[in-house]
Amino acid sequence: MQEVLKQNIVEKRILAPRDSRKTIGNINVPNPRMVCRNVNVYYGDKQAIRNVSIDIGCNEVLAMIGPSGCGKSTFLRCLNRMNDTIDSCRVTGEILFDGRDIYDPSVDVVPLRAQVGMVFQKPNPFPKSIYENVAWAPKIHGIVESKSDTDEIVESSLQKAGLWEEVKDRLDQPGTGLSGGQQQRLCIARAIAVSPEVILMDEPCSALDPIATAKIEDLIEELRAQYTIAIVTHSMQQASRVSQRTAFFHLGDLIEVGTTETIFTKPSHQLTEDYITGRYG
Amino acid sequence: MDLGTRKILDRSFTAVGITSILLMAAALLVVIVPIFTGGIGAIFFKGTVEHRKLQYNEFGKGDLAVIRQQTEETDIYRNKVYAMLDAFESEMELMEPTEKKKYRSQYTKVRKVLAHLFGPLPGDMEPILLRYQYGTTRWEKAEEALHDLMFVSKWDYSNPDEMAKQYFVPRSDEFAGTALAALFPYMENSLEKMLLPEMTFYWGFITERSLDAHIFGGIWAEIQGTFFLAAGAMLFAFPLGVIAAIYFTEYAKDNIFTSILRSANSTLAGVPSIVFGLFGLAFFINTVKVSESKSVLAGSLTLAIMVLPTIIRAAEEAILAVPKTYKEASLSLGSTKWRTIMTVILPAALPGIITGGIISLGRAAGETAPIIFTAAVSVGATIGIADVLNSPTPALSWNIYNLASEHEAASEIRHVQYGMVLALISIVLLLNLSAILLRARISKKLKG
Repeated sequence: MQEVLKQNIVEKRILAPRDSRKTIGNINVPNPRMVCRNVNVYYGDKQAIRNVSIDIGCNEVLAMIGPSGCGKSTFLRCLNRMNDTIDSCRVTGEILFDGRDIYDPSVDVVPLRAQVGMVFQKPNPFPKSIYENVAWAPKIHGIVESKSDTDEIVESSLQKAGLWEEVKDRLDQPGTGLSGGQQQRLCIARAIAVSPEVILMDEPCSALDPIATAKIEDLIEELRAQYTIAIVTHSMQQASRVSQRTAFFHLGDLIEVGTTETIFTKPSHQLTEDYITGRYG
Repeated sequence: MDLGTRKILDRSFTAVGITSILLMAAALLVVIVPIFTGGIGAIFFKGTVEHRKLQYNEFGKGDLAVIRQQTEETDIYRNKVYAMLDAFESEMELMEPTEKKKYRSQYTKVRKVLAHLFGPLPGDMEPILLRYQYGTTRWEKAEEALHDLMFVSKWDYSNPDEMAKQYFVPRSDEFAGTALAALFPYMENSLEKMLLPEMTFYWGFITERSLDAHIFGGIWAEIQGTFFLAAGAMLFAFPLGVIAAIYFTEYAKDNIFTSILRSANSTLAGVPSIVFGLFGLAFFINTVKVSESKSVLAGSLTLAIMVLPTIIRAAEEAILAVPKTYKEASLSLGSTKWRTIMTVILPAALPGIITGGIISLGRAAGETAPIIFTAAVSVGATIGIADVLNSPTPALSWNIYNLASEHEAASEIRHVQYGMVLALISIVLLLNLSAILLRARISKKLKG
């Protein structure tokens, strides 16, 4: 990466000026799973997101990076309407999921959130057994009927999350007793147990040590084959390792979108370059 | 401030802290020890043959053969006393009227004490009140009565500058030279043989009803009444309180209406209990007419209103203490708000909610004022579960007050008062203990 950055300086490309707030780069993908157009988010009078438009493609990992308070987490939480739990929060614009606006008054958030799962910054397993943690959501959605169905879903979810080998002998023990990295993989297993189409990850590794982080990153790579993943991260190395496309946010604006390679090697916006070269953060 | 001063301050603060805790512990001991010893005295005591007769006649407990044999034994000695009384009475018949008058009042006093010790004497009318049908059932009371028999209490007014002093003169002096003079040494020597005191374990104090306004018998009616009232209060207050707490924490928006509700709840928690008692009478009995007059139902409802704010507050705190991440996790998995509350938030908050509930249960069991006008009667029969809708009930808290202040023979039945206090304290302590254990168990189950 260091060499790449040196090359950039040598090339002396002309970057978009720092005060340009229009999104640079191609926001479209050929086969979008989610389509966001002119999304604005307000907390009371304060606008947190301004006119963000972006597509999220099938089977891709979209990384969202940007300095603290840039609105990337807020935007992520719009995608499964988790912002609904905040009273003062208001969302305008369109977010289409499989062709339907998820903010349409007729949309029921319950099935939506089952299809668009979420993994949080801090591992948050329920204070129940490992088995119950994974089986809980399939049960409430009526996906499973018999005990054997449940066992099957628990096993396959834990396997997909790469946790099965570590916990198969102690499924009845509490999920909160696992290590931080295991807890986070348990949360991923819990999210994929209801067969979502999209998984949103909000800085999933920020509370984990490097080894646990590496395991989660490998897992994201594997999950990409089946799911669409949108990940918010503070670590640019992580974004470059796990994602195919990267979106750079700054103070509520989507500044630049592009393939991860382009963003990290040939950014077009001055702010993007400043951020990825570590001039601020 | 230099290091030396800080150290001195730290140490003196520690000393003051320890002293205050020790003082508190000492005060607690001063209160608890007499209650404990006095209360135990209601169950373990030296019971006389009269106690055993009473137990057999009223509750059908005890061995009839033994009681008969003991009655025969004691009658041998008692009959000698009765013979002396007869002899003295015949002697009085032959006296001059003035002399006779002189002895008459003293002799009445002697007869009264003897009737208190042995039950009705030969020639007495069959008494109506149960308390006069039996002699002294407890040995320490018999000893007190013996003292009354042996000595005449007099007051020394000789020094006008001092308070009058009580002094005792032997009663035998008054009867010197008569047939009754021999009674006093005889009584002193043979009282034990007339009453046959034995160490008694009277479990029935807890399981039997009281007889003749607590002169005899146990406190089961009070224990049961307390249980009905407290359980009834929780039946109403606990579900309502938890629902209100869920509303406050999960549904209420932050607006003026909610803050009015919240401060109303806090105010309600600070209202004196007697006000709840009057409210219960005015509202539940006079206005809503849940029952004709005092009833367990009305008392339970009043107690429920009284403990409701505490339950709401405790449940609210417990729900707020549940990590937000649980809720987020549940919602993000596509669970509805209701299901999130029922399956994630409430189970996690359960230890705190239950602790609040049991502490309120203890408070409901111990409160006196709310039930004075709504549920409690001083002397009453044991009621059945079917009567709770329209019958009042005796209850421990109210009867402790009643026995201490209004009972005509309060000084005779101190042991019953202590026994009731001990029973009430034990119930409340047991409830609190079970709250602690339950909490520990549920938390352990949640954490694993």
